[in-house]
Amino acid sequence: MIRLTGITKQYATKGGMREILKGIDLTIKPGDHVGILGRNGAGKSTLVRVIGGAEPPSSGTVERSMSVSWPLAFTGGFHSRLTGIDNLRFICRIYGVNFDERLAFVKDFSELGSYLYEPVGVYSSGMRARLAFAISMTIDFDCYLIDEVMAVGDDSFRERCKVELFEKRKEKAMLIVSHSHRYLKGTCNRFLLFRDGAITEYEDFEEVYAEYKLLLEEPQKF
Amino acid sequence: MASNPSLNDTKLGGSSINVQVRVIYALLVRELLTRYGRNNVGFVWLILEPMLFTLTITAIWTATQSIHGSDLPIVAFAVTGYSAMMMWRNMPGRCIGALTSNKPLLFHRQVRPLDVYVARNFLEFIGSSVAFIFLITAFWSVDWMKLPEDALQVLGGWLMLAWFGMGLALLLGAISERSELVEKLWSPMSYLLFPFSGAAFIADSLPERVREVLLYLPMLNCVEFIREGYFGSMMKAHYDMAYVAIFNLCLTFVALVLVRGLNVEADYE
Repeated sequence: MIRLTGITKQYATKGGMREILKGIDLTIKPGDHVGILGRNGAGKSTLVRVIGGAEPPSSGTVERSMSVSWPLAFTGGFHSRLTGIDNLRFICRIYGVNFDERLAFVKDFSELGSYLYEPVGVYSSGMRARLAFAISMTIDFDCYLIDEVMAVGDDSFRERCKVELFEKRKEKAMLIVSHSHRYLKGTCNRFLLFRDGAITEYEDFEEVYAEYKLLLEEPQKF
Repeated sequence: MASNPSLNDTKLGGSSINVQVRVIYALLVRELLTRYGRNNVGFVWLILEPMLFTLTITAIWTATQSIHGSDLPIVAFAVTGYSAMMMWRNMPGRCIGALTSNKPLLFHRQVRPLDVYVARNFLEFIGSSVAFIFLITAFWSVDWMKLPEDALQVLGGWLMLAWFGMGLALLLGAISERSELVEKLWSPMSYLLFPFSGAAFIADSLPERVREVLLYLPMLNCVEFIREGYFGSMMKAHYDMAYVAIFNLCLTFVALVLVRGLNVEADYE
């Protein structure tokens, strides 16, 4: 279970303090698949970071009794001078898991072949995404954070990601940020709509999507 | 397709000290690889870097017969003074802005800013120490310098200096995330401090009043202590290690508070 109580988050900007999250209360239970919708800059990714613990909230509490993943297929932690293997080894070290078993899986799933022994700096963005997704799948979490991930890779790779994530791990909790209609509809059973730093929960996808469409028609203001 | 391996060996929890040691070790290796590359001679740079500096200074001082205010052997004088300076100067240099380049790693919840700093400092400490020992051994083997009279005192002074360097590095590292001024000012600051830090003189050669003021610098106290251990009866050293200890303690405390208070956002790329 993950419980957020009264989460707020402010950032200092030139125009003064900006409040991105204005008192969020949210409980995620094991097996929940939560889809998050909202405009650019609404605070979706900030919320993901707070839930993942990458960033502390300005006020409020986060209680976690489930292990929470880093944002899936996230490539930022890679060092461009390190090889794919080195980056995998780093992840294995900090999570304290056996490297050799993981290596076999990453080789097989990423299909990067000898590129795994090259510095990540020479990878194409698609190859990075493959590596990142494969590495994400090597650690077993109770809750996966998924931030706009499936846009990467070619169709066959995307299909395999889907199987790996939504079929093999469908009993896990998931938090999915996406703008994709198709993607959210089939996978989530709870929907959150971001609006002015607050969230409204919907159970029905068509309902939330209609609201989201309305929201998009309003002029964007930052 | 190979199935995902059994995942029951995941030790995400573990005792916090285990996790921290694991994380620091992983960061250390990562740092080592990114700084010195994959090939085998890469690691040699860790020692070679400080060694080249010390060698150059030794060569210049020997050639010019520089006055350093005593009749101490010049090679040993340069090695003790310069190796020491390299350490307290490089540690902050490595930590300033260190977090910016490692921000994405904070998405892994067990990686905290302190771990990044500790790993970098530790690597710097190992590099400087190995270089120091290697230089002494090398010069000793060709009879350019003698071994220390009191190795334990040298070690003590070295460790106190490392502590100071680490405290300073944490402090400046933490402040550098709040203000870019630190990055700009540290380089000129460290050059200004260099002449006063005892690398090029011994405190006994100074007028008493100047000496009293300069001895507020912890690194001068440490270098004096190290040199007394090295040369023993050949010099009259001036230091107050209790002062250094208290200074370090306060410095470390303030630095840790600032590191703890770092409000960094892990960034996507």
